[in-house]
Amino acid sequence: MSGGDAAMREYGAGQAVPTFEDPAFTPLAKPLSEARVALVTSAALHRPDQDRFSPSDTGFRALHRTDRNIVMGHWSPNFDHTGFQIDLNVVFPLDRLEELAADGVIGDVAPRHFAFAGNQPETVSEVRLDTGPACAQEMLSDGVDVVVLTPV
Amino acid sequence: MSTLAHVFEAAGLSTIVLASMKEVAEKMAPPRTLYCEFPLGRPLGRPDDAALQRDVLERGLALLEATGPVFETHPEVIESEETPLACSLPPRFDASLPPSVDEAQGLRSAYDRAVEARGHTAVGRAIGVDEIPAALTVLAQWADGAAWKEVPLPGKNTLAVGHDIRAYYTEAALELADGPAPGGRAVEAWFWEETEAGKTMMGARTALKDQDAPFPFWFYMAPGHR
Repeated sequence: MSGGDAAMREYGAGQAVPTFEDPAFTPLAKPLSEARVALVTSAALHRPDQDRFSPSDTGFRALHRTDRNIVMGHWSPNFDHTGFQIDLNVVFPLDRLEELAADGVIGDVAPRHFAFAGNQPETVSEVRLDTGPACAQEMLSDGVDVVVLTPV
Repeated sequence: MSTLAHVFEAAGLSTIVLASMKEVAEKMAPPRTLYCEFPLGRPLGRPDDAALQRDVLERGLALLEATGPVFETHPEVIESEETPLACSLPPRFDASLPPSVDEAQGLRSAYDRAVEARGHTAVGRAIGVDEIPAALTVLAQWADGAAWKEVPLPGKNTLAVGHDIRAYYTEAALELADGPAPGGRAVEAWFWEETEAGKTMMGARTALKDQDAPFPFWFYMAPGHR
């Protein structure tokens, strides 16, 4: 590894991270072939008609399973944005989830998927205490069992 | 991402993190992690590679069989491409304009084709496509020594305008370039190393720094390692 990715990974490795005492572990209580799966990304994705992410945005945007008209609103210049420009599945694999559901590997694709902005305040307390739990409730109300998280 | 995994798990959801930073994921220890050493910004590996994307998802979903916290690594490593994308730039057309302004205008038809094909554009955080030449004109003036406080930038926010200019160039370049999807950072290398707009933005960034503009105004105009 060299160049920008190596620099960013080295930077990330040295950053302080929030700690979680006694973290929860939720086993999947049904077969995967019956589970409903949602995507959540930190790529600050949104439809053009939705509010853009501000540089200090701690909120999230809901995207429908049929949405493909999506832009990346992340503020960092330190990672590749072009892969997403070419094929949104490299960040937000909605088409792959549909295929897994059609093939019976997973039970169903959730009706809504969610995007946060990865560039959060250091304490991430808003995401931890406010918007993260709110997003979880949205997914529970949609009958979601499994969440696949994709970073950028 | 790992923070959200812990929050969601506490709410009763089963999560899988496709991690891109190994040490961060190890320290934050989300319940199920598939570490993928892929280019940053491409957590599923490669655009237009459905087989790899599906493999990543299936390996991630397989972690649901574990009865406790689990951390696995995807066997494939994908390096970012640091060689600039092969994409020709328009020849000089109007010598009375700053080179980057002339260049940006020359890319407009490719950009318009790209937007027509995609149906949307990432340009528009601070300025619309019609303001790209005016923004580059001001950035070129800054690079040539004009005081940033006295020569205002259309759209004002240097970071947002920088994203708009890069998005404009990226969308045009992906329309112009032939061949398979470029690797991570190939378009970045093309923009910063080969385009006049890249040179203008880097010159403006240096000028802002030299004029003691606030750090966030200029630092994030370009990738940190550049």
